[in-house]
Amino acid sequence: MIEQITPAIIANHGLSTEEYQKIETLLGRSPNLTELGIFSVMWSEHCSYKSSRFHLKRLPTKGDVVVQGPGENAGIVDIGSDWCVAFKIESHNHPSFIEPFQGAATGVGGILRDIFTMGARPLAILNSLRFGSLETSHNRYLMNKVVAGIANYGNSFGCPTLGGEIYFDNCYSKNPLVNVFALGVMKRDQIFLGKATGIGNSVIYVGAKTGRDGIHGATMASAEFDETTQEKRPTVQVGDPFLEKLLLEACLEAMRSGSVVGIQDMGAAGLTCSSCEMGARGATGIDIELNLVPLRETGMTPYEIMLSESQERMLLVAQPGREREVIDIFTRWGLDAVTIGRVTDTKHLRVFHSNILVADIPNSALTDEAPIYNRPMQAIDNPQPSKEEIAKNYPLALEDVNKTFNQLLTSPNLCSRKWVYSQYDHMVRTNTIVLPGSDSAVIRIKETRKAIAMSLDGNGRYCHLNPYEGAKLAIAEGCRNLVVTGAKPLAATNCLNFASPERPQVMWAFSQVVDGIKDACQSFSTPITGGNVSFYNETEGEGVYPTPVVGLVGLVEDTKQITTCGFKFPDEIVLLLGETKEDLGGSEYLAYLHNQIIGQVPSLDLDYEKQIQQFCLKIINRGLVSSAHDVSDGGLLIALAECTLASQSRNLIGATFEINLSSQAFADNVSFAAALFGESPSRIIISVKENKLKDVEELAKEQNIVCTRLGRTGGENFLVKLNGQELINENLAELNNKWQKGLDNLLDNSIM
Amino acid sequence: MKFGVVVFPGSNCDHDTYHVISKIVGQPVQFIWHKSISIDDCDVVILPGGFSYGDYLRCGALASLSPIMQTIKVFASRGGLILGICNGFQILCEAGLLPGTLLRNQNLKFICDYTRIRVENSSGAFVNSYKTGQLLNLPIAHGEGNYFCSYEDLAMLKENDCVLFRYCDENGNINPSVNPNGSIENIAGITNKEKNILGMMPHPERASEEILGSADGRAIFHSLNIYMAEVEKKRR
Repeated sequence: MIEQITPAIIANHGLSTEEYQKIETLLGRSPNLTELGIFSVMWSEHCSYKSSRFHLKRLPTKGDVVVQGPGENAGIVDIGSDWCVAFKIESHNHPSFIEPFQGAATGVGGILRDIFTMGARPLAILNSLRFGSLETSHNRYLMNKVVAGIANYGNSFGCPTLGGEIYFDNCYSKNPLVNVFALGVMKRDQIFLGKATGIGNSVIYVGAKTGRDGIHGATMASAEFDETTQEKRPTVQVGDPFLEKLLLEACLEAMRSGSVVGIQDMGAAGLTCSSCEMGARGATGIDIELNLVPLRETGMTPYEIMLSESQERMLLVAQPGREREVIDIFTRWGLDAVTIGRVTDTKHLRVFHSNILVADIPNSALTDEAPIYNRPMQAIDNPQPSKEEIAKNYPLALEDVNKTFNQLLTSPNLCSRKWVYSQYDHMVRTNTIVLPGSDSAVIRIKETRKAIAMSLDGNGRYCHLNPYEGAKLAIAEGCRNLVVTGAKPLAATNCLNFASPERPQVMWAFSQVVDGIKDACQSFSTPITGGNVSFYNETEGEGVYPTPVVGLVGLVEDTKQITTCGFKFPDEIVLLLGETKEDLGGSEYLAYLHNQIIGQVPSLDLDYEKQIQQFCLKIINRGLVSSAHDVSDGGLLIALAECTLASQSRNLIGATFEINLSSQAFADNVSFAAALFGESPSRIIISVKENKLKDVEELAKEQNIVCTRLGRTGGENFLVKLNGQELINENLAELNNKWQKGLDNLLDNSIM
Repeated sequence: MKFGVVVFPGSNCDHDTYHVISKIVGQPVQFIWHKSISIDDCDVVILPGGFSYGDYLRCGALASLSPIMQTIKVFASRGGLILGICNGFQILCEAGLLPGTLLRNQNLKFICDYTRIRVENSSGAFVNSYKTGQLLNLPIAHGEGNYFCSYEDLAMLKENDCVLFRYCDENGNINPSVNPNGSIENIAGITNKEKNILGMMPHPERASEEILGSADGRAIFHSLNIYMAEVEKKRR
């Protein structure tokens, strides 16, 4: 049966007329329907990065520690002593909006497969989530289900979910963002790549059976949403973490047996993507016979089999003569493993169904030759009030400081995230040496003294106001989060969440963000080892803020050097490193209390930031610091409160602060609002023992670091004086209770 | 003295338990595959935490029918020592080796957190190196840890000092406000009447090294060592 390819069919596949013509040119003939389907998923924005590749080329991807940069399933970084870590971040925004539980769950499943397909055992999951206001019941529903979905998958699979970030803003109301990061650890000689090599080698399909779920998932994720979105629910796959756990154990066992040549997971675009990419990377071809593919439904067409996005499947190439060994390992774990094809020298993906050739496409046509667009860009003309105007228009009276502080501390964006992370098993595998709620997630590597610190950061508000600076600030904050934990930043991964690339202003912001990431990553020597772009995060014409989320990975050489943000002992001196300026633009203060997303974003001097970070890492490594915490969202008072509240399940330790605006910690004439709630970067709060104070202060002076005494730990209260006047005096247990319950009150005590 | 850690499909605390026994407690340990029908020469069998068979049907229900469970039942009837942690506790209840069952947490959510546990009775194989009334800091991580049993079973458990652990506050008081999952009488761990089988929801293997935040769980493995050494002595 030959189906006529009509313009309507082409449009339904999300391909333009020009793209269709290019397909005809590449093939030298018209494609059949199966081939058209294959092209449509491989050339979708999600798989081909057609709008972003032009810009992504600018990102720094090389460095001494980089073992594997972008282009594989995950990036790999060398951490010394023959150990490596593989990590990556990916979005599952579109499926999570349509079906939040399964969308989020399969997002976790997908990124975990990306990690273990490289030969690494996944040891950490983090996530970055964005929702609209929780005052709306649908947003509460989305958040409840997304968190439950992540928990369900990660907990059952047995990989700890260690933290991340969550923010609420109405631009995410119909476009929630669900970005999932995973990291795994392997020995340097255990690395596997997604390459099909060795002409004649068997191609083996392993894992779950193929069904009709998720067909055109990648295409769905490459278009904006409208009122028919709910009809797309069947394009979301259903995850089975139990099966994935078996797949993990079987894959690692097979890889370590030496019987595997190359392996790749079947994620977006399923069997299509894995077979043509493995062939392309290996400069070979692959022939597959669809009659041999394990199916869970009857009567599936070649089109459906090739485009299914059923979860928990992998494609691997076996060493010659060792197919039986591979199959036996998978069978022992109760999984299907079937030889479905061979590696060829054709450089084509050839698909057979009952011995009849149903698709024959050069690998390069699906990968390298996929369209690249340098889409039109237009700068956003978005004039903002000056810093002085903002200080004047949104003043803070001293008598309102206590109230403002309480409102902010319990606000959705700043309150404790315990409601979320207590649903995640964050301890399984017994490597979690910093519990959720500190600046970075940290896991030890049992076989060594080393530990890995990880942080996810991104501020859509900043990027909305200034995409270039916003992106720089995200990288700077990510590195700062690692440094205050005692880790040296090594490398980064990014997930770029944007609205439609077909709008020139979105594309301009994208390009600005890429430049910001580039400049900051070069400055901190943290190459980008991979990541993901998610466009079309818009519904009914309303898009999300430009929201890059960056995942920074750092190395702690000795677990003894790990520092967390909570105060550890009474009678220590609290110091602020860095300077507080008139930085209220894009702040939580303006957004939450005045409902304004305006202003100049905080100005970041990359050199100064680096200097502060290097200084902080140095004094931590010398054992001079008891606690260290980055000052970010919500500003100084919120950060100080977090130092007293982030107890890591120890007893809480209070503190008394004497803030003096005439000290060097504050710029001249800084407003009260900016001093207490402004979000100037390059600031770190540390606590030190009295007998270490002199050392720290002298070192700071030597290196021109502004280091100011802010107060002393101890007592059962959080007490703040400004220029001698007492502004806040809260009982710590009560404050803790309010802070901890911030999300509970919104999520548990409201009717769905 | 030798430990065996059973690996069901979906077990995910098997490696953690193995690590603690081999590296921290320093005792011989081996994995036991669920399809095996032998526990070899193991003196203590541990059913680890995780999601055996994905927790499909009911937590522990499918694992309780695994081939290895027949052998474990025989081992139990001869007085062999069995420790079920979290999912292992659920499996022991499903297998009928311990009374009662584990329902969904009262708040219907998975909970991962440190909890304060009071040692109710420090005699016997599993807890002899604790003191009665001692308070422990042990993590839980479960969606179904809400222990429930009939009045008759509860009376039996109490009469025979089978309740070993209860959730308590920082001063050791037992009250509903510190019960994380709604379990009957704040029960966190019980033994059978013969005291050779312990099922507990908290994870001692996650609290056996100071670097992880608590080492209060290590004494369970230590107690087993002491107990087995005594048994050995008597045998000679």
